[in-house]
Amino acid sequence: MSESWREIINNGLWHNNQALVALLGLCPLLAVTNTAVNGLGLGIATLLVLTASNVTVSLIRNLVRPEIRLPVFVLVIASFVTAVELSMNAWFPELYKILGIFIPLIVTNCAIIGRAEAYASKNSVLPALVDGLSMGIGFLLVLVTLGGLREFIGQGTLFADLHLMFGEAARSLYFSLGSDFQGALIAILPPGAFIGLGLLIAVKNLIDQHASRPAEKTPVVSTEPAPSQG
Amino acid sequence: MINRHPVVIAAVLLGMFAVVGTTLVSFTYENTKERILDNEHKALLKKLHKIIPADQIDNDIVNDTTRVSSPELLGATQTIIYRGRKLNQPVAAVFSIVAPEGYSGSINMLVAVKSNGTLGGVRIVSHRETPGLGDKIEERKSDWILGFQGKSLNNPDKSRWKVKRDGGNFDQFTGATITPRAVVDAVKRTLIYFQDNKEAVFKQETET
Repeated sequence: MSESWREIINNGLWHNNQALVALLGLCPLLAVTNTAVNGLGLGIATLLVLTASNVTVSLIRNLVRPEIRLPVFVLVIASFVTAVELSMNAWFPELYKILGIFIPLIVTNCAIIGRAEAYASKNSVLPALVDGLSMGIGFLLVLVTLGGLREFIGQGTLFADLHLMFGEAARSLYFSLGSDFQGALIAILPPGAFIGLGLLIAVKNLIDQHASRPAEKTPVVSTEPAPSQG
Repeated sequence: MINRHPVVIAAVLLGMFAVVGTTLVSFTYENTKERILDNEHKALLKKLHKIIPADQIDNDIVNDTTRVSSPELLGATQTIIYRGRKLNQPVAAVFSIVAPEGYSGSINMLVAVKSNGTLGGVRIVSHRETPGLGDKIEERKSDWILGFQGKSLNNPDKSRWKVKRDGGNFDQFTGATITPRAVVDAVKRTLIYFQDNKEAVFKQETET
């Protein structure tokens, strides 16, 4: 059982990462990741919705007839998104203003309905919860990494404006190359999002390739001495 | 018999989910409504106080509003004006105007004009200008916008209310002239409107 938990988590964070492998939810992913804090905000909102919808869909999976399955999923997701949107407007008004239209657009994030359809509707609550959490965290990590990358290259800071999320105490908790840093504007503009995401996918594939190489070599090495033995 | 028809069951189920979903949303709405209103009120007041210091007025400026229509001078078909008073004397009017000729569409701004016709200050409320170029009109990106404070239609002269490239007194940004030009024009038009309608701006009944 522990092996399958690990598999679920590995899939969510890495092997089936919704942003890097499935390439789902690209609209919010590309649009709001101009700073790390924006990415973090949208990532947390997506994580909440994804986990809540996975659990709910799993709970009602035997109740819902196949023919109305999709409308019900959309209804569940839309309700959660609206609830998250209102709460965000109430408790993080500044961040809400920056993320703006992309919070309601979480409804159309294919990653969420994708997990509901592909996983939660076929599995019991606990695995669905873990799947939602790990898929959500995987998505969040990509958002923050891409946001951080673009912010750093584009304006020479990292985690600027953290006070939008964690209050005034966090205002100074950021890294900066100094105000003289001009930055490469393209990183903040939309093309920077595409280039950055492409680079992230490339890096992930490189790491995967690297990781799989020893596994391929091992049998080769072990077969080599075999003839001399025989 | 008819009740067990799959379509009926499906419809009833779907209806139930709609009810549950709506309940969740309205519950959240009820619990956040006041906080959201309060946030908006506070955010607006904070913005207004930056261009009209709190100690210069003693009225409830957020609710002392009037609506005027002057699309050619103030941008939008309806413009809200917040009026600041002290001891019932007009102190300043804050126009919530639109600069229509931004590089990527409209720029929403607040322009505070004191009763003597000088600017209390200008702030950008929202815009879609290019990050890193046109967005220097934001206060947190550059102090360019603070340069309007104290200016009026005589200082600089009306004909110098342009960016430097057009032969005026106001700086443009490297790589962005259209955005500051739009802002300067809009501020100038607001001052003209105020000059022509000063009495009416403060006299009009507060809308409810």
